[in-house]
Amino acid sequence: MKIAILGFGSVGKGLARIINEKNLGIIITAVGDSKSGIIDNKGLDICKILDNKEKTGLCGDMKITPELILNSADYDVLVEVTPTNADTGQPALEYIKYALSKGKSVVTSNKGPIALEYSNLLKIAEENKCFLRFEAAVCGAIPIIHALEHGLAGNNIKRIYGVFNGTCNYILTRMSDEKLTYQQALLEARELGYAEADPTYDIKGIDAAIKLVILANTILGFHKTLDDVDITGIDNIPSDALQLAGEDEKTIRLIGEIDVENEKLRVSPRILLKNHTLVVQDTLNAVTAETDLAGNVTLIGKGAGSVETASSIISDLLFIRECNGRRY
Amino acid sequence: MKLEIKDSPGQLVAALKPVSDVGGNIKSVIHERDPLSESKTLDVEITLELPEGKLDDLKNLLKKSGVSILRIGEERFLIRKSVILIGHLIHTDLSDTVDRIDGTGFAEVGELSMIMPAVNEPTSAKLTIKSDSIEDITRAMDLLRDISRQKGILIVEPLEGI
Ligand SMILES: NC(=O)c1ccc[n+]([C@@H]2O[C@H](COP(=O)([O-])OP(=O)(O)OC[C@H]3O[C@@H](n4cnc5c(N)ncnc54)[C@H](OP(=O)(O)O)[C@@H]3O)[C@@H](O)[C@H]2O)c1
Repeated sequence: MKIAILGFGSVGKGLARIINEKNLGIIITAVGDSKSGIIDNKGLDICKILDNKEKTGLCGDMKITPELILNSADYDVLVEVTPTNADTGQPALEYIKYALSKGKSVVTSNKGPIALEYSNLLKIAEENKCFLRFEAAVCGAIPIIHALEHGLAGNNIKRIYGVFNGTCNYILTRMSDEKLTYQQALLEARELGYAEADPTYDIKGIDAAIKLVILANTILGFHKTLDDVDITGIDNIPSDALQLAGEDEKTIRLIGEIDVENEKLRVSPRILLKNHTLVVQDTLNAVTAETDLAGNVTLIGKGAGSVETASSIISDLLFIRECNGRRY
Repeated sequence: MKLEIKDSPGQLVAALKPVSDVGGNIKSVIHERDPLSESKTLDVEITLELPEGKLDDLKNLLKKSGVSILRIGEERFLIRKSVILIGHLIHTDLSDTVDRIDGTGFAEVGELSMIMPAVNEPTSAKLTIKSDSIEDITRAMDLLRDISRQKGILIVEPLEGI
């Protein structure tokens, strides 16, 4: 199976490393970042490219653009791992559409295009008899899409709820356990690389809300946008509130929730017993699906990280190969 | 809650078991054999606490074990829900917020505990609303949400339940 990777940051490099180390039968024929690209249809020398990227900030030749890669490289699947733009989905949206319309399957970790245009992208994929997979876009390493779509097939899903943002979970964990103020905990999260320089998306609950929109539209067949989500972030939670919760052996976590029957999506800080399954520590994510046959099923794992996120991409790639009768 | 059961061995157990089956807690049991009664039944008055929303389950289980219920007492405000309010609570007149919940007649504020913050910081308070039924507590929560919206107060609600 031959793949082209667009985006060579944390996730892209993690993926390349795994493919290089594990004998998965996946060959990388092209890689592109924001300023350069490299193509070799017989398979690239990954070590050299990682080295180059490290030293120069470029993965390849500045003359090789993403468009050129999409057009002329030999690949079965495009792996799209460029930055998320929640408003426009670009440039990822164009890359994905282009690949699908040429009959190439796409695996992405990018929330933007899936939250904004899933039904349209699915239509293009179906018309061109190829796949669009996005396991890595929701809760990083946790195979939540696969679990809901395939593992729980035949169940009616009544509610999906849980911790969808590792940054907020880290901040709240530290406020609760160490009595840090919100500002102290945020600062610490930044120093450890768990929060971006501009943490707005995370702490205002927008990142969690986008993930709910993706689950609602892809698994439940809704047609939701970010505006349909009732969102409250954690930036107004004082440590006093966590102390009050703590008096009753409870704590506060940012919970994303899809009420399937009422088609309601909500992200808000909520009170939970400290020993509740969803009260996970630090940057972990945890999601419960309430179903009619299986009862409650909870998945817990890492919501981000280079290799962890790449794990979900690998799983999507192998799934596509399986579905294609291992033709490549 | 007052139950009527047949006067034969084992019947009391048959009446009490469903209470623990639904997670209830028996507070007291009072037998009274009515000397004037011709019938062979025994009246038992049971005072109990039930978890939220379990009354219907209990009624069904009792019916199945052949126990008939004479009367369901007027026990009030057994369902409770604790929330945390965050904002300029004193400034927005917390006692008015409490009065408006108490004034509904179907719900009341049980406990209220508060932490006094540093100057200019928002205040946090834990407030427990008590009511008779899930519907009433939902209505009280809707009212609290309205009041909080008007006053610019953030409510942190429990995850479970409503
Ligand atoms: N990191 C995680 O743990 C995680 C988890 C789940 C999902 N995701 C999602 O996965 C995606 C990638 O995340 P990341 O952490 O790897 O981001 P990142 O480290 O910022 O890397 C982004 C990569 O995309 C490249 N890029 C930027 N604009 C481009 C363009 N127009 N065309 C081609 N390449 C372009 C960048 O090029 P330069 O190297 O030249 O700057 C960089 O190599 C994002 O959508 C993110 O939301 C990440």
